Amino acid sequence: MLAHSIFFYIFSSIAIISAIMVTVSKNTVHSVFFLILDFISISCLFIMIGAEFIGMIMLIVYVGAVAVLFLFVVMMLNVAQQKNQWFSSSESSKHVPTGLIISVIIFFELIIVISGWKYKPDLIPAMSLNINNDITNTHSIGYVLYTDYIHIFQLSGMILLVAMIGAIVLTFRQRSGVKKQSYFSQISRERQDSIEMVDVESNKGVKFDD
Amino acid sequence: MEYLSIVFSETYKILFLLVPVLVSVAMIVWLDRRIWAFVQKRQGPNVVGPFGLLQSLADALKYIFKEVIIPSSSNKIIFILAPIVTMTLALISWAVIPFSATHVIADINVGILYLFAVSSLGVYGIIMGGWASNSKYPFLGSIRSAAQMVSYEVSIGVIIINVLLCVGSLNLNDIVQAQEKIWFVIPLFPMFVVFFISALAETNRPPFDLPEAEAELVAGYQTEYSGMMYAMFWLGEYANILLMCAMGAILFLGGWLSPIEIYPFSLIPGAIWLIFKILFLFILFALVKAIVPRYRYDQLMRLGWKIFLPLSLIWVVLTASYLFYFNLLPIN
Repeated sequence: MLAHSIFFYIFSSIAIISAIMVTVSKNTVHSVFFLILDFISISCLFIMIGAEFIGMIMLIVYVGAVAVLFLFVVMMLNVAQQKNQWFSSSESSKHVPTGLIISVIIFFELIIVISGWKYKPDLIPAMSLNINNDITNTHSIGYVLYTDYIHIFQLSGMILLVAMIGAIVLTFRQRSGVKKQSYFSQISRERQDSIEMVDVESNKGVKFDD
Repeated sequence: MEYLSIVFSETYKILFLLVPVLVSVAMIVWLDRRIWAFVQKRQGPNVVGPFGLLQSLADALKYIFKEVIIPSSSNKIIFILAPIVTMTLALISWAVIPFSATHVIADINVGILYLFAVSSLGVYGIIMGGWASNSKYPFLGSIRSAAQMVSYEVSIGVIIINVLLCVGSLNLNDIVQAQEKIWFVIPLFPMFVVFFISALAETNRPPFDLPEAEAELVAGYQTEYSGMMYAMFWLGEYANILLMCAMGAILFLGGWLSPIEIYPFSLIPGAIWLIFKILFLFILFALVKAIVPRYRYDQLMRLGWKIFLPLSLIWVVLTASYLFYFNLLPIN
């Protein structure tokens, strides 16, 4: 149990420190790297409490795909300079009050949520939950997700699909005058319809009709 | 004392796996160059040692004694971290590869997800290296590779779902044992082909080696690297290729199972069979490198998103429908 708690404290302190560093670090690319470190340590915590499926999915989805896109955008747009402007120039005063208001609201919401959870009298103790140890937690998530919550699950998938199509439609623009390759006509080209052998008589030349 | 003995025994197991993996990575570089040469009617590296077997060792020695140059305008910490990340990620995935029913360091429930997660993290080494170099060619190379690896991961993920539908477990040993009657390469042959091509793209092998296309980008994300750091990128890349071959062997070629269960063959331990299957897949990788010309970038993206993804999704539907209709779904 000792090793378990040591690892718990290591991972959770890394998670907290890197979460702070995400907001504090000046360079935006560094922020994204700290965000990735945060994701990884949190998925380690998930694995430590025995939720290995959620931990791995977190690694695959957030670290392997979402954070790569973050990094992509941050590197391409050069947000680092903008961020520095916000914090160090005289323009910064505009953003500080709004940020403060939002952070205070979120802080009180967190207090309400945490205290409500802590002092709720009829909360079921975790030990009394009926946990079937014979099946892995991948199976048990599957049993719940595809039976009781199938409609909500499908609905969330549809929402994501609609969001994706919406983003594509918003950024799509039809450009005129662009030459596109037709792969089918390229592959289905035969020797007969592209090459023609002609005997050229001297001083006559060849007449093409194209 | 108890913890100490656990640590020692685990370290012993890890070393027993990692040292052969590293040695075989060096050998596989030699094999790759040799096959490449033979296809083109050349000799390849044949001077150092018998048949040139020690060529990789000589190369490694050269790299060790070269000076490591860190560009002054680079982001030093990330620049140094990048090859370390690549190498580490290439090596930690070997923890879950089963060499027989019992010979595996970590026999975890979600082994295949672990492999998939670690291989999807592999892109960070390349992005970090390209960005931290603070130079045009590495940056272009790293952006190309990020888009490429993310695209092909999607189809690899869907192919893994195909296999999992037939197995009903995420454990790698269960996946191997489910192929006792028939290797998945036979019923899922189109998926094996798509997996093989996606694995080429995922490991930045030719014909998909656009992140390091020497005709356009010098050496891509590795341009600013030198000495041992370059060698670590190189070793990590080949360790990743071996890992992808191992993944293909486990998912489709029956892992450590012997092809026929009759007397003289059943004596050979499973690890040998797995090694033979990995080698077979690697030789295919090397032949592809020698035969096929490099893709253009838009063709690469088109292949990933417009052909492989729909094809593998259709195959998931087909597999699921077949298993459901004939009541073959593995329900436990």
